[in-house]
Amino acid sequence: MNKTEEYQNEILKKIKNKERLNIAITYVMVIAIYAIVQGLVTTGNISNLLKGILVPTCVYVIAAISLNLVVGFSGELSLGHAGFMCIGAFTSGFFSKAVGDGLPDGFRFFLAIVIGALFAGIVGMLIGIPVLRLKGDYLAIVTLAFGEIIKNLLNVVYMGLDSRGIHFSTKSSMDLGLESGGKKIIEGALGISKIPKNSTFTIGVILVLVTLFIVQNLIHSRAGRAIMSTRDNRIAAESIGIPVTRFKLMAFTVSAALAGMAGALYAHNIGKLNTSKFDYNMSILVLVFVVLGGIGNIRGSILAAIILTALPEMLRGLSDYRMLIYAVLLIAMMLFNWAPAALAFRERVREKLPFGRKKKEVE
Amino acid sequence: MNFSTFMSFVSYLKDGISLGAVYAIIALGYTMVYGIAKMLNFAHGDVIMVGAYISLTMMTKTGAPPVVALLVAIVGCTLLGVTIEFVAYRPLRKASSPLAVLITAIGVSYLLQNLALKIFGAGPESIRDEQKIISGSPVVLFNGQLAISRITILIVICIIIIMCALTWFVNRTRRGHAMLAVSEDRDAAQLMGVNVNGTISLTFAIGSALAAVAGVLLFSAYPSLTPYTGSMPGIKAFVAAVFGGIGSIPGAMIGGILLGIIENLAKAYIPSGSQVSDAIVFAVLIFVLLIRPAGLFGKNIQEKV
Repeated sequence: MNKTEEYQNEILKKIKNKERLNIAITYVMVIAIYAIVQGLVTTGNISNLLKGILVPTCVYVIAAISLNLVVGFSGELSLGHAGFMCIGAFTSGFFSKAVGDGLPDGFRFFLAIVIGALFAGIVGMLIGIPVLRLKGDYLAIVTLAFGEIIKNLLNVVYMGLDSRGIHFSTKSSMDLGLESGGKKIIEGALGISKIPKNSTFTIGVILVLVTLFIVQNLIHSRAGRAIMSTRDNRIAAESIGIPVTRFKLMAFTVSAALAGMAGALYAHNIGKLNTSKFDYNMSILVLVFVVLGGIGNIRGSILAAIILTALPEMLRGLSDYRMLIYAVLLIAMMLFNWAPAALAFRERVREKLPFGRKKKEVE
Repeated sequence: MNFSTFMSFVSYLKDGISLGAVYAIIALGYTMVYGIAKMLNFAHGDVIMVGAYISLTMMTKTGAPPVVALLVAIVGCTLLGVTIEFVAYRPLRKASSPLAVLITAIGVSYLLQNLALKIFGAGPESIRDEQKIISGSPVVLFNGQLAISRITILIVICIIIIMCALTWFVNRTRRGHAMLAVSEDRDAAQLMGVNVNGTISLTFAIGSALAAVAGVLLFSAYPSLTPYTGSMPGIKAFVAAVFGGIGSIPGAMIGGILLGIIENLAKAYIPSGSQVSDAIVFAVLIFVLLIRPAGLFGKNIQEKV
């Protein structure tokens, strides 16, 4: 081994160590937040309103991390993330209600989450195959279209279960022809009601950690580097033999499956599901978390999801004005974080502060 | 097919064209802004809603005739559009990611919706017959087999006029040429002495004025107005613009009209069509994009190294 190689190995090792540290910080942060919040809950220092948004916050954190995989690492704008959450929520809700008391609670919920993720992943892959041929804004509009299609079609689905098996109709729950004693499960626009409420904050945080584990390991693997190369320069990636579409599809499918998991968590939280919740506003909300937290920055996605989910509840005292303030804050934060002029201003302020971090020169 | 089923088909087709023409007016605004500023202006749909509210307020509060109300709405929306561009979009024009301005546009959309909610309340506003931009009994053809409402005729006339005016403006005037230049290559246009900021402002002004027109027409044809009225037509118009090839003026018009026709025929002829008509519209869009990835009239530019 000669000198240059040694030097290169040393640098690689340093980069690797820094990466590991970075990953560890993210896990520690999630666990620390969990410990603090759990502490507040047990000592009773948290309002009921905030307690009510603990599980939804986990749902949004998972959705934001998974969307970041597509937007941040694969470099494609997806506006249909809510569609995959919808699939996960409905399939898992259907499963839980169909099985009912046939299985012990914990095990049934575990299977429901797996089923939700699996179905969302399959649908994600089926959608991804044609869609990922498109680029940029066209891809964005088609993902938005698929999200709306999923929502619209689920609106006319009626499904029920009796001793003869599963019944299906697109007209009304009367057309299912159920035997007496059969269960109506999905009732069109009314969705699914009385899903067992198995979701807890602890389970939510465990799922966040699972998501983190999957995404962090993926992006720091060989496949992950291939995914990022297709983002940075598609043509260069193609020319060194990286199958671009396959890797983009991989990121898209994993992201859809994780979104399905988030949907399953959501479905088992409030126990009532209908499709109107999963419209494009939800997709956009998740995208806001990703962009505000920093595209390709996982820790940022987590923090942005937590802050922006808690913010409307914190502002509740201002009643009517809260969504107005929320909108203004969103615009202000975007300008402050992204506008070149604002960034230059921040840099100047940082240089003047004696204790401020100096930005390191990149060689 | 006998005559009366044919006539009912024609009637659905006519409603589709009417709805589609409104989509087309909105889509023209979308497509021009996209072509020149290269951004998806998600707040465009909410400018429509603001336009409708302005005209309604003018008529109820000051008793102005509908045409005056329309003019005030146009002026109001134009100012609004230019202000939004100046405050929220211009600082982000050179941001490192194009997503930044997209999210800001979403923020502006939330802001407009919630402002309207605060000022006008959530309840659906309706409109009296004489407050519509055009009223009177429908034109009846074929011994009463086909009735065409006056608003439909007006909408179709409007889209034709707007279309011709825009085409003339873009292709025949200096300002229009400046727009073409900016959409082709912003930096090169600047070097050639084109006022890029001014051109983008002008584009937003035209787009927002069209949104005001669309808002008033939409409200006259479908008289129910809430702070969220604009968002779905906005999305549909966006789909229409992509359908026709985003950035292309004739594309937006054809795309909008086709979209309206598909939506209305799906509602009429497909079982539980009114619930799945949106799904069908989106499915057709996906189908078109898979065959022509740049839309019907879009230019497919091959990326080079």
